[in-house]
Amino acid sequence: MAKDVQNLDDVTIRFAGDSGDGMQLTGMQFTSTTAFVGNDLSTLPDYPAEIRAPAGTLFGVSGFQIHFGTTEINTPGDTCDVLVAMNPAALKVNLRSLRKGGIIIANSDGFNEKNLRLAGYEANPLEDDSLDQFQLHSVNITQLTQNALADLGLSTKVTDRSKNFFALGMMYWMFSRPVEPTLKWIGEKFAKTPEVMEANIRVLKAGVAYGETTEIFAVRYEVKPASLSPGRYRSITGNEATAWGFIAASVKSRLELFLGSYPITPASDILHELSRHKNFHVKTFQAEDEIAGITSAIGASYGGSLGITTTSGPGMALKSEAMGLAVMLELPLVICDVQRGGPSTGLPTKTEQADLLQAIHGRNSEAPIPVIAALSPADCFATAFEASRIALTYMTPVIFLSDGYLANGAEPWLIPDVSSLPDIGVTFRTDPKGFFPYLRDEKTLARPWAVPGTPGLEHRIGGLEKQHITGNVSYDAENHEFMVRIRQEKIDRIAEGIPAASVEGPSSGELLVVGWGGTYGAIRTAVEVKRREGKSVSHLHLKYLNPFQKNLPAIFSRFRKVLVPELNLGQLSQLLKSRYLLPTVSLTKIQGLPFRSVEIENAIDDLLK
Amino acid sequence: MNLATETLQHLPPAPEVKYTAKDFQSDQDVRWCPGCGDYSILAQVQRVMPELGIPKHKLVFVSGIGCSSRFPYYMDAYGFHGIHGRATAIASGLKIARPDLTVWVATGDGDGLSIGGNHLIHLCRRNIDIKILLFNNQIYGLTKGQYSPTSEFGKVTKSTPAGSVDHPFNPLLLTLGAEATFVARTLDRDPKHMQNVIRRAAAHKGTAFVEIYQNCNVFNDGAFFQFTEKETKDDSVLFLEHGKPMIFGKEKNRGIRLDGFTPTVVSLAEGKYSASDLLVHNENDTMLSFILARMSNIPSLPRPVGVVYATERPLYEVEVERQISRAVQKQGEGELQKLLYHGETWTIK
Repeated sequence: MAKDVQNLDDVTIRFAGDSGDGMQLTGMQFTSTTAFVGNDLSTLPDYPAEIRAPAGTLFGVSGFQIHFGTTEINTPGDTCDVLVAMNPAALKVNLRSLRKGGIIIANSDGFNEKNLRLAGYEANPLEDDSLDQFQLHSVNITQLTQNALADLGLSTKVTDRSKNFFALGMMYWMFSRPVEPTLKWIGEKFAKTPEVMEANIRVLKAGVAYGETTEIFAVRYEVKPASLSPGRYRSITGNEATAWGFIAASVKSRLELFLGSYPITPASDILHELSRHKNFHVKTFQAEDEIAGITSAIGASYGGSLGITTTSGPGMALKSEAMGLAVMLELPLVICDVQRGGPSTGLPTKTEQADLLQAIHGRNSEAPIPVIAALSPADCFATAFEASRIALTYMTPVIFLSDGYLANGAEPWLIPDVSSLPDIGVTFRTDPKGFFPYLRDEKTLARPWAVPGTPGLEHRIGGLEKQHITGNVSYDAENHEFMVRIRQEKIDRIAEGIPAASVEGPSSGELLVVGWGGTYGAIRTAVEVKRREGKSVSHLHLKYLNPFQKNLPAIFSRFRKVLVPELNLGQLSQLLKSRYLLPTVSLTKIQGLPFRSVEIENAIDDLLK
Repeated sequence: MNLATETLQHLPPAPEVKYTAKDFQSDQDVRWCPGCGDYSILAQVQRVMPELGIPKHKLVFVSGIGCSSRFPYYMDAYGFHGIHGRATAIASGLKIARPDLTVWVATGDGDGLSIGGNHLIHLCRRNIDIKILLFNNQIYGLTKGQYSPTSEFGKVTKSTPAGSVDHPFNPLLLTLGAEATFVARTLDRDPKHMQNVIRRAAAHKGTAFVEIYQNCNVFNDGAFFQFTEKETKDDSVLFLEHGKPMIFGKEKNRGIRLDGFTPTVVSLAEGKYSASDLLVHNENDTMLSFILARMSNIPSLPRPVGVVYATERPLYEVEVERQISRAVQKQGEGELQKLLYHGETWTIK
């Protein structure tokens, strides 16, 4: 039967089920296809730390949210329009994020007595009137999946595992997406298990056919491509972009990339991704612990490689002594911290921005390290590259802050022309004449990089205080103060070599919203909404957190109020207050989840009453 | 080719120098306590280095923290004085990144077996071509005299006034357990022996672990005198020689015989046993290496000294390079634009 097609500007879908239901995979496939048809998009994977939490439980629910549209999309969506719930727990956990009137696609086969009990439902919500304010579609997905595979003679375990493709097929139909990209993916992914390949293909197609033929869906929707700038695009996650940014820095500096890393959520995917690109002469060393991760990278850096270590909060804590060593040795090194909820083990799979002060101050004594942060998944590419550039130019460790939301979130990325990326000029010291290990460059204050293997430059470095110029061990009081100050000055001078900060929106007005890192999308959306309402509000997003850009005071002076939204208890706010005596208003959220833009909109309203 | 190797390859060739021990002495004043066993280790290393034919600029000494870890400052080579316990991890990164370099680690019983124990065992199992000299003085010297992980049970120190209740590590057993491919022990007061062991370690392909009994004359004077002093040495030390029966004693009249799996001391003077009844040392015998290492825990047995174990296994850094060449062969040299374009992309006009 012919169905109505309705055009929408943007849609948010959340797939939710048991952590073993393949919801992340389903979400990623929907993302790739949606990127492929040219929508702008943003995603939020939200899953438990347990790999296979007990089936049916509330804490075992795994979700994947995607927001896509014809318009510019900056966040994964404040509320969902569609919720796909594979069982009662998934419904219960996610219902509060569904807007009134939103669509629920529920796998009715998952709503059995046991699952209802585990989710704490006394009655089946699909059968009473408790979901009246939503458009509920109960679909016996498990049964329909089994029907589609009846003649293949597969075990129940295998058939049940395919049911997520049925849900995906229905969503492809409902939002008018092509199935071909996923068919191609299934073909490649399951090439070695033809029966699984066949099963998944059949089930995906059955899901599409179900949407087409069944009478329960009256409408299908279309979300026309976004008007993105011309060029070639791909979908990219923050961790992929980070890995590729480091490879790009390795290519543009012509240094071998050495990654010393210990697996930790949510940073491990950077290690995985870099391990795949050995033809770029990338060496990845899965170390025995976080400390060996960073110290091996320092060793490689001493030998003339681009040394990198990747981690998350608890690993950062373990690496701090070695960071101090890198400060003393003045060797290039990039430390990438993909922040997660803390303290301690905290919320391994959830996002937070609470490592900022740790990054800036978290070492013994005066150990200044530049800190920069990425503002979107794709921006991780440019930020990883910039972190490497600063490290190599100034002979210093650099901390690159990402977070769990950026790391696993995806968005379309206009792929850069690599010839437009700057070369990172590195020169190794080779001339023994006039060589001193700590004789500094006049402009950058960087010391020479003299790698072992260079005849005549044999020298000793270490963590003990250095004598200025010669680098010999020195306990001299005046020398120590001089060296502490010059190490600080070297980091401060980085501000001379970075672009000025720029405000989005009018350069003066009532309110400036200052953010950093992964909150960019939510702040941008909120500020634009409020500006359309006629409010005098602008947005400044900081990539450079240490040192700050030089024009910040000039920017601040042109606004009456400053609002600083952060996923912590106000760490940037505290830095701005102490540095610029700026009366900031802090907006904080510590739930392991990104800001919803409406939360920032409300804070803007409060300040502009 | 990367910038580091390219830069080094374009330098004029360094003139071939015939080194002497003096060439390996740096311009820094040696600051160990007078009479410290470390002086002997430094002297023996400097004496052996010229024989190895390694240009000074290709040689790197890496260390952690402690008295032993000042070693790199006194060697005229590249030197890296790291942080406590991490020398082996720093050296691992360096050697993997730069397999062309010769990398040695100087460490101690506190640095290598306490705070750095984890990195040490992982280096051993990976078999990266790094030589480890562990100066064992059974005490913390630089922090002024606390017991160490090799101090004997009951050891009275500043931090254990009632005696230590820690059971000590046996460094040979530990590294054999971690499957090191070369494990040896030598003595600070036996320069010839130490030189031989250093030569053997240098020649070994893979991680070489050398425990050196080193006297701390300030905080633990005489800890090893039983094994190093003329009066007791011959009766207390079993000098291991590959392929030779295990004979010791001032009169060379005692030997080690295996009773089941247990080594026992037998007399060769009474006519009951002859050299043919004795254990014959075989450096390549894994089982035997554990028996020999275990002997140190049994006071009635002589202390084995020399190369306890030597075998060959693939080198970590060589395997890393091999995987890279294979990837380059299969996929071609990495091209950045191709990487960014691979997989699903789409074009907006």
